[in-house]
Amino acid sequence: MPSQPIVSLKGVTKRFPGIVANDTVSIDFFPGEVHVLLGENGAGKSTLVSMLSGLQQPDDGEIHIDGARKAIQSPHHALSVGIGTVFQHSMLVPSLTLVDNVNLGGRWWQNPDRPAIAARMSETARSIGVDVTPMAVTSSLSLGEQQQAEIVRALMRGSRFLILDEATAMLTPKDAEKLGLLMRRLVSQGLAVIFITHKLNEAVAYGDRISVLRLGKKVGAIAPDQLKSLGPERVTQEIVRLMFGHSEDAAPSAPAEAMPQQNADLGGAVLEILALEVDDSAVPVSGVELKIRAGEIVGVAGIDGNGQKQLAEALAGQRPVRNGRIYLDGLPIEDMSVGDRRKRGLRYVTDDRLGEGTVGAFPVSINLLLKQIGDAPFWRSGLESPALIAANARRQVVEFDIRTPSIETPAGKLSGGNIQKLLLARELTGSARAVIFAKPTYGLDLQNIAASRRRIREAADSGKAVLVFSTELDELIELSNRIAVMSQGRIVGIVDNDQSARQRIGEMMSGVAK
Amino acid sequence: MSLFTEAFMTALLVGAIAAGIPLLLAGLGEQLSEKAGVLNIGIEGMMLSGAYFGFLIAWKTDSALLGFLGGIGGGMIVAALMALLCVRLGLNQIVIGIALTLGAEGATALLHHVQFSQSYPRLSAPMVFSIPGLSQIPVLGTAFFSREPIVYLSLALVGVFAYLYRRTYWGIALQAAGDKPAALDSAGVNVMLIRSGAVLLTGGLVGLGGAFMAIVGAGIFVPFMTSGQGFIGIVLAMLARGQPIWVLGGAILFGACLSLTTALQVAGVDIPTDVIQMLPFAAVMLVLVFLGRKANLPSALGAAYVRGAR
Repeated sequence: MPSQPIVSLKGVTKRFPGIVANDTVSIDFFPGEVHVLLGENGAGKSTLVSMLSGLQQPDDGEIHIDGARKAIQSPHHALSVGIGTVFQHSMLVPSLTLVDNVNLGGRWWQNPDRPAIAARMSETARSIGVDVTPMAVTSSLSLGEQQQAEIVRALMRGSRFLILDEATAMLTPKDAEKLGLLMRRLVSQGLAVIFITHKLNEAVAYGDRISVLRLGKKVGAIAPDQLKSLGPERVTQEIVRLMFGHSEDAAPSAPAEAMPQQNADLGGAVLEILALEVDDSAVPVSGVELKIRAGEIVGVAGIDGNGQKQLAEALAGQRPVRNGRIYLDGLPIEDMSVGDRRKRGLRYVTDDRLGEGTVGAFPVSINLLLKQIGDAPFWRSGLESPALIAANARRQVVEFDIRTPSIETPAGKLSGGNIQKLLLARELTGSARAVIFAKPTYGLDLQNIAASRRRIREAADSGKAVLVFSTELDELIELSNRIAVMSQGRIVGIVDNDQSARQRIGEMMSGVAK
Repeated sequence: MSLFTEAFMTALLVGAIAAGIPLLLAGLGEQLSEKAGVLNIGIEGMMLSGAYFGFLIAWKTDSALLGFLGGIGGGMIVAALMALLCVRLGLNQIVIGIALTLGAEGATALLHHVQFSQSYPRLSAPMVFSIPGLSQIPVLGTAFFSREPIVYLSLALVGVFAYLYRRTYWGIALQAAGDKPAALDSAGVNVMLIRSGAVLLTGGLVGLGGAFMAIVGAGIFVPFMTSGQGFIGIVLAMLARGQPIWVLGGAILFGACLSLTTALQVAGVDIPTDVIQMLPFAAVMLVLVFLGRKANLPSALGAAYVRGAR
């Protein structure tokens, strides 16, 4: 093993308003290694990449390059010290040819020698065993081809430290595999590669060393010798433990409550999903079968971006269903509009609280009625009834403990926790029959997490069918009667929430279990 | 057809070039800004400012050449404001563009009122340079080869920009600034610099177009004399899909529409001038209906670039 790291992070901290994106992170990156960075969305991976590629500067801590402290001031500076980044979203200009993308940054009055640069590009590509068409216009190439071209370009600029930010997220499985092999070839030539991914199987297959981030902190690492000696299955279990398991400082665990009793007096099926298919360019959903009974909480576990959002939106009516059936109380609803589904008792608590959940500039009172605008009794023949709207708002503010200066305050001024309470108030009042929660505690503090979970439990106790999407396994284990695991747009398994659930879910998430 | 006499064709072509040169310069300028990702609605104002300063300096110095330089400077003053507010500070390009146009209209009208409203001075016609031989060709000779040097220069600019766009690193950088500024930034090129430079150069080109109107076209400065020709330049740039040669084609077409009034009067056709004066704008709408959908604009057009923002 080489003795000196190319790049070292020493206690790097980056704060954004209201959030610590990276909290005293220290990691060493060695030449000749694929170093995998794992973590959920919001774990701080992207911020780390921005600091290494010169887009942002750390608030605290130091970045060392070849053992000497360096402040990476700009993307240009990062390049000059040998750090090349391939971002998740392509950094090639779509309307230019690959050659001209390499040419960005030449002296302005000069005439680029395109044939010579194309030849050099092909040669560099050959040396790492890939094939590029230098004269092709970028937008005519597949994402995989564009990515290879970006890697070739980074090498042509003298990169010896290559960051691949969620490089496989947009690729087809075949292209992803090609990229994995390419990474192996690159490190065999002495480069250092940072590979950022959500996918555990890729981490295990292509990584030499793994670091796990969670909520901005580095919560664990697996060294190369460990990685070899443990074998894929044990490594995967270890990663799942690090990413989702209990750990005092990182996991906000709500006050423990008794697990829901299995098969307590559950009613008949309220929400039934049959062979559901949903179109999506990134993660199409297919073959989803679920039956949720009155009073039951079904959790959907899975690493973020495996089709959970697509499925939730299709159920709520915000996204067309390609095929399959959704029954609510025995009636098919898959062709109904959002409004009609709501009238029949289907509710959706979105995780995009500011984007699609509320209108930030509207007052709390109107946001509480956002999905009923124009409906009686609050609107009569198109005219507002201010007194009724205010009365409704005052009642819900008290009932759901929404901390707001007044019911006229714009919703966007509230804290995240109070916006969530507002959404819960809106979706849980009235004649709800089935409620879908998308990441209901994402980004909330301890108290609000507990409050949200209590509301979910209450909803089920009052006889509603509840579906909870979450990436926090602890949360699902605390709440659910049954837990389904989603992977690549499919439900890969459903388990009863018993003692062995955590183990089995972990296996299914990582693709180890059949 | 008795309409297409030699006198009519000559008047039409001479007029088309005279009216087309400001459009050509406006279109080339707008094309440059748009390539770099700045939707430059302010060119109407830059043109007017160029017309005023061009006229003022040509009148004070009695030199058309200095007048043209003054026009370039006048356009660049307005363009510098645009670069500061929209590129540097990232303010909304459409709002600032409209504000600059309205501001330039007001300011030049006021200055004109204070200085010239009593005297209405007129410039003598600038010198014409006839190319030996070519200028003897009937119709075409008078229209194309017996003109002011500034006309030849403007036509040459089409080739110059085509070369710069296709054959230099600057052309590549411009296109990247308009299509994916983040890619340019990560390649170590200053996006602000590329965009500001493009906007300033646009001001120079468009200002020259304005000065041409005042010095060559009218011989006088009148408030609001650009009368929407800057906006036609925006349409030309949009339809030219990044190719300077198409700006030239469009400019001559619209220039011909503008000069049809004079030509028809020469031919003795009796149509109300108000109807004929609507022609260029009707032509704009027609062209947009048929070709507007094919306009191919840079994807980052109109968006301020902020590093690291998503």
